[in-house]
Amino acid sequence: MGKADSSKNDLQGNLDLLVLKTLAHAGSLHGYGIVLHIQRASDELLNVEEGSLYPALHRMEQSGWVASEWAFTETNRRAKYYKLTAAGRRQLEAAQENFDRLVRGVRAVLRYA
Amino acid sequence: MALVNRIANLFRRSKVDRDIDDELQAHIALRTDDNLAAGMTPTQARREALLRFGNPVSTRERATAAEVTLSLETLARDVRYVVRRVRRSPGFAITAILTLALGIGANVVVFSVLNSILLRPLKVANPYRLFQIVQTQQGYDNQSYPDYLDFKARNATFSDMTAYRLGFTGLSAGAGGAQKYMNYEVSGNYFDLLGIQPALGRFFHQSDEHGPNSAPYIVLSDHLWRARFNADPNIIGTTVDLNKHPFTILGVAPANFNGTEIFLWPEFWIPIVNEEQIEGYNFLVKRFNHGLFVIGSIRPGVSPQQATDNLTTVAHQMTREHPKEDDGLGARLVKPGLMGDVFGGAARSFLTAMMVLAILVLVAACANLAGICAARAADRTRELAIRLSIGSTRGHVMRQLLTEAIVVSIAGGVAGTIVSVALLGALSRWQPIPQYPIHVAVVPDVRVYAIAILLSLLSGILPGLLPARQIWRTDVTQAMRSGTATANLIGRFSVRDILLGLQIALCALLVTASLVSLRGMERSLHAPLGFSPQDAMLAEADLQMAGYSDATALPMQRRMIDEAARIPGVIAVGTIDQAPLTGGGSSTPVYRDGTADLRQSNAVTGAKYFSISPGYLVAAGTRLLAGRDLSWADTATAPGVAIVNQTFAHSMFGNTPAVGQHFLGAGNDRYQVVGVIEDGKYDSLTENPQAAMFLPLAQSSDNNTTLVVRSQLSSAETASALNRVLTGIDSSLPLSIRPWPDALALALFPARIATMALSVMGILAAILAITGVFGMAAYSVSKKMRELGIRVALGARRTQIMRSALGRPLLLLFSGSVTGLVLGVLASRLLAQLVYQATPRDPLVLLGAVAAMTIVGLVATWIPASRALAVDPALLLRNE
Repeated sequence: MGKADSSKNDLQGNLDLLVLKTLAHAGSLHGYGIVLHIQRASDELLNVEEGSLYPALHRMEQSGWVASEWAFTETNRRAKYYKLTAAGRRQLEAAQENFDRLVRGVRAVLRYA
Repeated sequence: MALVNRIANLFRRSKVDRDIDDELQAHIALRTDDNLAAGMTPTQARREALLRFGNPVSTRERATAAEVTLSLETLARDVRYVVRRVRRSPGFAITAILTLALGIGANVVVFSVLNSILLRPLKVANPYRLFQIVQTQQGYDNQSYPDYLDFKARNATFSDMTAYRLGFTGLSAGAGGAQKYMNYEVSGNYFDLLGIQPALGRFFHQSDEHGPNSAPYIVLSDHLWRARFNADPNIIGTTVDLNKHPFTILGVAPANFNGTEIFLWPEFWIPIVNEEQIEGYNFLVKRFNHGLFVIGSIRPGVSPQQATDNLTTVAHQMTREHPKEDDGLGARLVKPGLMGDVFGGAARSFLTAMMVLAILVLVAACANLAGICAARAADRTRELAIRLSIGSTRGHVMRQLLTEAIVVSIAGGVAGTIVSVALLGALSRWQPIPQYPIHVAVVPDVRVYAIAILLSLLSGILPGLLPARQIWRTDVTQAMRSGTATANLIGRFSVRDILLGLQIALCALLVTASLVSLRGMERSLHAPLGFSPQDAMLAEADLQMAGYSDATALPMQRRMIDEAARIPGVIAVGTIDQAPLTGGGSSTPVYRDGTADLRQSNAVTGAKYFSISPGYLVAAGTRLLAGRDLSWADTATAPGVAIVNQTFAHSMFGNTPAVGQHFLGAGNDRYQVVGVIEDGKYDSLTENPQAAMFLPLAQSSDNNTTLVVRSQLSSAETASALNRVLTGIDSSLPLSIRPWPDALALALFPARIATMALSVMGILAAILAITGVFGMAAYSVSKKMRELGIRVALGARRTQIMRSALGRPLLLLFSGSVTGLVLGVLASRLLAQLVYQATPRDPLVLLGAVAAMTIVGLVATWIPASRALAVDPALLLRNE
């Protein structure tokens, strides 16, 4: 089903992209950290809905794009940390390429109209 | 692997749930921490965190779903879907499951038998290193004791060799009378070589042998110990009488060890050095007396070929030393347990043939299933087209069809295996010949179940793929428009037709073959046997067992004849050492008169020899063609005489009259031919004519006695009179009295087995052919209902309707039957080895086969045909 996802241009596809990109940038992060990072990196423009994040993370883990392990935070709380796998890295490239195409397409349409 | 993970997660779902819960709680806690750091109160901080998170339960549910869904969930969904669909059309399910159960069941049964007879080794230590050493000539599977000792001493490739001989011995313990049991006389190292440990007491060893009659020991089988001695552990050390000689019970063998022959299980073992007490003569020193089976254990690292070469060298050496006795000696290794290679060879070819037939039956079953699946797929063309057009992938649709086939095939496989395991249990308890302790111990093992599963899966997947191919080609718009892919079905011959044709051919082949063997069986009961078993009784009395020596036996035998002759209604009485076709009789080389060098290669022929009393020929109903019967005047001191059969006379004397001429026996004894009798069957019903000679009892004394009594009375009356008379002479005489036709069970055994097996296979094939043809005919009629309705409305005649509705199935039925008949005729040549005069050139066989196929056709097409004829055009056209 991974194939079908990569060609989807919906919000979920974009959430995957954001998560993958975040993990590629930050290395290893827990879910809350991912939410904070996206928020900060987007200048508070993007607010990840937490109810969608975890299903997405688990789905990506089952697809083999991310791997997880339990570890302790700086504040000494137990949390599940995610990091990118090789397959995830390839998926990130594909998703990024896909998104760029979408943006170019939308922009072209907007310019024409 | 993701799929493995998912399956694992399915089983530890609660753990996954907990894991996700922890993760979500951690998230909320982390935000609460940040909120606190931003200056909120604890209550506020937690409230805000929870609020932002939304509904944690639904989030958890969705996260869990991500863990366990996809393939696995769809698989479960497919299976549920299949079960629902199958339940909606139970006719299909039952037909398919039964079809497969038959096919798989037949294979499991045949394979189990094959497995336990040919594949599974003896239950001993190092079974793969054990080989039976037989002679190079086919049919010479036994060795003599001196030859055994030479092979054992001179070879360099075997770590050890053991010899054993099968026999029947009378055992008496305490006051009870003697009872006859099968036993092995074995060399002292027998148990040690096989690595068997006693269940009780001890076994004898090589060190117990100190020359002839030095080791009067007996080891009991578990069965005998329980049946005769009530499993009494104190029996060890006590004495029993074997043929009136005392033997000490040493121990009891474990229950799972039943000797080194797969079929013939001994009740006890005794040292071979004591054989003279049992047999009454000493064969240990007779190099020409070939009666032992020899098993050797190859040294580690030696190949069977190297061992054979080594033994061949030894054998040639022995031939040089003993040119007469060991003439033409060679060595060959065969799998032990099948009475040498003769039995093994027959069993191997028969079982292989049965396996091929069973596989063919399964192929027919698969063809059937494929046909049913394809027909269903064709019926569902529209439904499938809809599913394809609303976005189902072809792969998904195909997977569902395959799941359907596999679910059905596993159900069929389980049903077939259950039935066949029950059948095998019955087979194991079966005693085909009451007088012989023949055991067909067939216990299904892991290998059998593995084969059953494999066959089920294969026979599910292959037929399932056929309709799948159809799905692949489905043109959605075309299918939606026309409803069903009618054009595909009616126009040309499809794979399905060919499969059905094959199935019919197979059925016809098996029906022909089983009819051929049935007829052969029937004919063999009326074959020229060289004697006429009807109205004759056999009374076997073992005088040796009753303590008579060869010298004292003769007056006793004469008394038995005289007393039996006095029974009212008795026409003729005589004795023979062992009646023909009852599994005995030895062969000896015979030489032309005047031959100086009596080595085997100078012999004219090998001749069966029997020792008979005067009157035997009349009692047995054997025709005397020339010369005279033997008389009591042919005593031990009179010149040696013999009666020979036609084959003997012809090969020894050519076309000159045999009566009055002389020939030489193996011991340089000179015989004059006094009579010539008709040829007969001596070893098996299918044998070629063999030379045979009949010597007077007084000149070739033998205490093996079979009294042949021809009587006008019923067999029951004769039997009871005989029993009274004979026990009146000597009450301790071990007797077995039975009608001669019953005694032929052993001779008829191969033919009976072949007929039975072929009939069962034939019936299976017929059932499969009927369901196959029925399915196809019914399908073709239901597809054509509308067309038939229109034709009827336009005034078509019944024959035209029938031709249109059933033309294809009938054409297949006809061509398949003809093919099968031709194949059956060809295959009958193979059958001729097992069944007497198996010939398909028999009008009854051909008529029977044609009739059987006609019945198959009628049964299969009756219902579809009546449906086609009952078409009501008005009703049909209104409905459409």
